[in-house]
Amino acid sequence: MSVAPADVAKIATLARIKVTEAEVSAMVPELNGILAWVEQLGEVDVTGVEPMTAVIPNHLRLRADVVGADPLTGGDIRDKVLANAPAPEHGFFGVPKVIE
Amino acid sequence: MSELTELGIAAIRDGVAKGDFTATEVAGAFNAAVAEANPALNAFIVTTPDHALAAAAKVDAARSSGQPLGKLAGVPIGMKDLFATEGVQTTAASHILEGFIPPYESAVSQKLWDAGAGMLGKLNLDQFAMGSSNETSAFGNVISPWRATGDTAARAPGGSSGGSSSAVAARIAAAATGTDTGGSIRQPAAFTGISGIKPTYGRCSRWGIVAFASSLDQAGPMARDVTDCAIMLEAMAGFDPKDSTSLDLPVPEWSTQLSDDLKGLKVGIPREYRLDGLNADVAKSWDDGIAWLKDAGAQVVDISLPHTRYALPTYYIIAPAEASSNLARYDGVRYGLRELPEGAGLQDMYAATRAAGFGPEVKRRILIGTYVLSAGFYDAYYTQAQKVRTLIARDFENAFKEVDVILTPTAPTSAFALGEKTSDPLEMYLNDVFSVPASLAGLPAMSVPAGLDAAGLPLGLHLIGRPFDEQGVLNAGLAIERRAGFAAKPAKWW
Repeated sequence: MSVAPADVAKIATLARIKVTEAEVSAMVPELNGILAWVEQLGEVDVTGVEPMTAVIPNHLRLRADVVGADPLTGGDIRDKVLANAPAPEHGFFGVPKVIE
Repeated sequence: MSELTELGIAAIRDGVAKGDFTATEVAGAFNAAVAEANPALNAFIVTTPDHALAAAAKVDAARSSGQPLGKLAGVPIGMKDLFATEGVQTTAASHILEGFIPPYESAVSQKLWDAGAGMLGKLNLDQFAMGSSNETSAFGNVISPWRATGDTAARAPGGSSGGSSSAVAARIAAAATGTDTGGSIRQPAAFTGISGIKPTYGRCSRWGIVAFASSLDQAGPMARDVTDCAIMLEAMAGFDPKDSTSLDLPVPEWSTQLSDDLKGLKVGIPREYRLDGLNADVAKSWDDGIAWLKDAGAQVVDISLPHTRYALPTYYIIAPAEASSNLARYDGVRYGLRELPEGAGLQDMYAATRAAGFGPEVKRRILIGTYVLSAGFYDAYYTQAQKVRTLIARDFENAFKEVDVILTPTAPTSAFALGEKTSDPLEMYLNDVFSVPASLAGLPAMSVPAGLDAAGLPLGLHLIGRPFDEQGVLNAGLAIERRAGFAAKPAKWW
């Protein structure tokens, strides 16, 4: 499989990255080079092989259902959460208008 | 006091404990060395001399009042700028996080401060840890302190932990943290003549480490020698309920159990790693390593890891797929850069922010990841790669029925010159050919210096162990270290 400029533009839209036409033209051969190279995986016989999702056997834990049980991940830190926001407003994250 | 910067972790800790010198003297010496070298090496994005001095003052006060000292008491280290550090800018070497001041401390860095270490600064890296030469940082290339004989061309310190490797090799940090997704601790360690270990996946908490590919990312130490790596890993590792993949296991005292007596140990040599056209110096250093391990009492066994050639393409599907998902959080809303063109709506703001904030390699990987996860391609690429990953891990499982540890070269060449491999992304990816398979299988693996090549540049040897067997890897590493007698240092040109 290979990508054309329209495919790259579509992927960039899905990834929410604005790209210029010149950038798209430069990326087409690069992405095709990489895709052609990874295509060799198709020749591996994977009949009956489970896809790996966890590399070291482990089990998922549930934490105690207590708000703020760990102060590092608990609540009541609004100002800390907003401290790095580019446009905090009235204790919220400010964003451009989304409803016309 | 400049000789203090020649000391590593064990020597500093013991010297401080005995009173040969104070932690404050050590911090001062390293701070001065950083200030002198950093304009040339660009290893640190920000320096934090006050942090190092404050940590040292605490250690000195604890010692004079007779309190017990931590494992790393008085040791000034560099912190890769992928670890969130409270009150100190954390960028992942990307413009998209420039100015981000974490309100919290990563689990691993907190453990290091609790053990008595101090921070010299935040170390440069490949942007979001994506790269093998430290040429993708938004804050400029890191320069290796090493130069080829008779050549002043700037060499790559390796990547992504290139600031870490450069600083430790140049003796401007006693040790440094690294993170390793496909070789980012081991390849830079090999390029700069230092040691570095990536532990078993899950040993070190990922909480507070900027995420790249979560099923692969692991933190580990980069230091002057194997003993220092063992000490520092003890301080970094340990169960953390805040990381859902953290291993709930006790942390062994690796450093006190180090032994280079390998009698009864079986070392596997994977025939698939003997690539056609393998660099002659690299092949020779591999043969040296085999001889040294035999001399230490080990038995050498020829093994096969049949899916080795598929490891890199598997990695370059899985890592970008996970990255495209992880990096979706950089949206210009909650932290970091925001680009808001005149009249732009929310979607335009996302796209403009990400276009301005991410570097070309990061964009490339996000696009690859988005493509392989998109409808119609998911099974052909992503699911297939996950299945091949199972086969790669199974190869190792089978090999470890026969052998205890595996020896390979760390990288296919010594450090290349900056700019040499930037025109073709694929050529750069091939640098990780020996390090990626162990990452895909989550195995502990380390690089130790083996010698210099014909150009006078360091070469590393790579040891891969069973899950949870960091001790076996460290012991084999120690056996090589003692026999290689690697004492070369970069000549100071900065």
